[in-house]
Amino acid sequence: MTSEEILFKISDLEVSYGSIAAIKGISLQVRKGEIVTILGSNGAGKTTTMRAISRLIKAESGSIMFKGHELTRLPAHKVVSLGISHSPEGRRVFNILSVEENLLLGAYTKSKVDQEILSWVYDLFPRLKERKSQLAGTLSGGEQQMLAIGRALMSQPELLLLDEPSLGIAPILVKAIFAQIKKIAAKGVTVLLVEQNARAALKLADRGYVLEVGKIVFSGQSEELLNSPRIQEAYLGKQKK
Amino acid sequence: MDIFLQQLVNGLTIGSMFALIALGYTMVYGVMKLINFAHGDLVAGSAFVGLFVFTQLLGGQVSVLVVVGVFILTIITIALLGFTIERLAYRPLRSAPRLSAVVSALGASMVIQNGIMLLWGPQMHIFPELLPTIIWDIGGVVVSLIQVLIMALSMILMVGLYLFVEKTKIGTAIRASAIDQDAARLMGINVNNIIVTIFLIGSSLGAVGGLFIGLYYRGITFNMGWQYGLYAFVAAIIGGIGNIPGAMLGGILLGLFNAFIAGYISSTWADAFTFILLIVILIVRPTGILGERVAEKV
Repeated sequence: MTSEEILFKISDLEVSYGSIAAIKGISLQVRKGEIVTILGSNGAGKTTTMRAISRLIKAESGSIMFKGHELTRLPAHKVVSLGISHSPEGRRVFNILSVEENLLLGAYTKSKVDQEILSWVYDLFPRLKERKSQLAGTLSGGEQQMLAIGRALMSQPELLLLDEPSLGIAPILVKAIFAQIKKIAAKGVTVLLVEQNARAALKLADRGYVLEVGKIVFSGQSEELLNSPRIQEAYLGKQKK
Repeated sequence: MDIFLQQLVNGLTIGSMFALIALGYTMVYGVMKLINFAHGDLVAGSAFVGLFVFTQLLGGQVSVLVVVGVFILTIITIALLGFTIERLAYRPLRSAPRLSAVVSALGASMVIQNGIMLLWGPQMHIFPELLPTIIWDIGGVVVSLIQVLIMALSMILMVGLYLFVEKTKIGTAIRASAIDQDAARLMGINVNNIIVTIFLIGSSLGAVGGLFIGLYYRGITFNMGWQYGLYAFVAAIIGGIGNIPGAMLGGILLGLFNAFIAGYISSTWADAFTFILLIVILIVRPTGILGERVAEKV
């Protein structure tokens, strides 16, 4: 599925919270059809990067290009209609709206809700269909994660940003959700996945970047990362021999 | 029994007005977590604008067309004023600490209140009699045309607002913005536009409330916004601030409570009992009657 066409490119991005620099000049690119993961521990700047892409926080400097559009000049609500959708850390579902209302809000920028997309999302996550008139806040953590991903798919994105879809979710559901991410990518959706669960992420992704305190310290194909002693020790829990 | 029915009618009338005004507080609070203290003064301003439109612009002769004109022009003026307040007093402070916005709200309130005083003076004005004094005596219970109009129009507006917020796309976007503004932005919702919409709707409903106050009580003063604003604010809290049906319910309940206290105990004590009611509700249910819609597992 992967082509050579670069869909998305970050160059020298810097982001700071007040005087504290959170992202210190990172560059990365994603080709059309790829699954790319950004790994890193807590506080490495993964979520900050995602929020900068979606324009929820300002970039200090640098550029974020998507299909010829410079995102750093756009307000947050304009990003989704370009074809980028963001399933945020902590899921952030609209807890007192119904599951279906959440999904329909995902298609807010569309003049009409595409019923095919809705039934595709329900096929991917049948539990959402079973609970479509339930309030989102009553779902389990894993179901809320499914809802957050489904909601992000409703705008028919070309690039799907997934921030920690495994966070606080039972291992069995993590497996199920990652399997569905693979299906989503197989439909031609490019995926940028931020994860702390490095093993699961690398099994899924084509390539990965490793972020440490605001800088990219390592990048490569997933197998390279899986076999790198340094990555194994720091992120995959293997001891040095 | 006669007192009961009479106070029921009176209570529903003033409760409808409280509810209309309370909606403005609660909608703004829902999305911005800000008490718009200027809202009560917009309500007062509405009565004065209505007076001006009737006597100066539309010639002071009552007809159906003129009354409709007074309502429409006043609502537009007050909605624009609400829009201006949001632009000047709140938008620049969107990312400032909450307290700054509260102080700014108090400032906006004083500016409007004093603006009314500068334009119309500190004395009481008499709101024109826009409706014929028709009174029905139904088995000892006196109901006026004004009361019927206030109750009916308020009911229509509230049902309309409820349907708008629950059933339309913009309404869903308003509810989403009230829950999580960043998540709403990720959906492509322009939260600034939502806030403007809320100010326009809230101010318009407040404008209708102000005209009703003029029609019902007749005497209007530049500082009456504090009094009615406070009542409506209490109504919004009783119903659960941020909750739209809550503001409607809180307004009606407060109006009934007030009327029954006035009918059975004493009207001088109505205010005191209102605040006792507020305190009791805050002790028993700090989030108000409909506040904190707890999500239940099914």
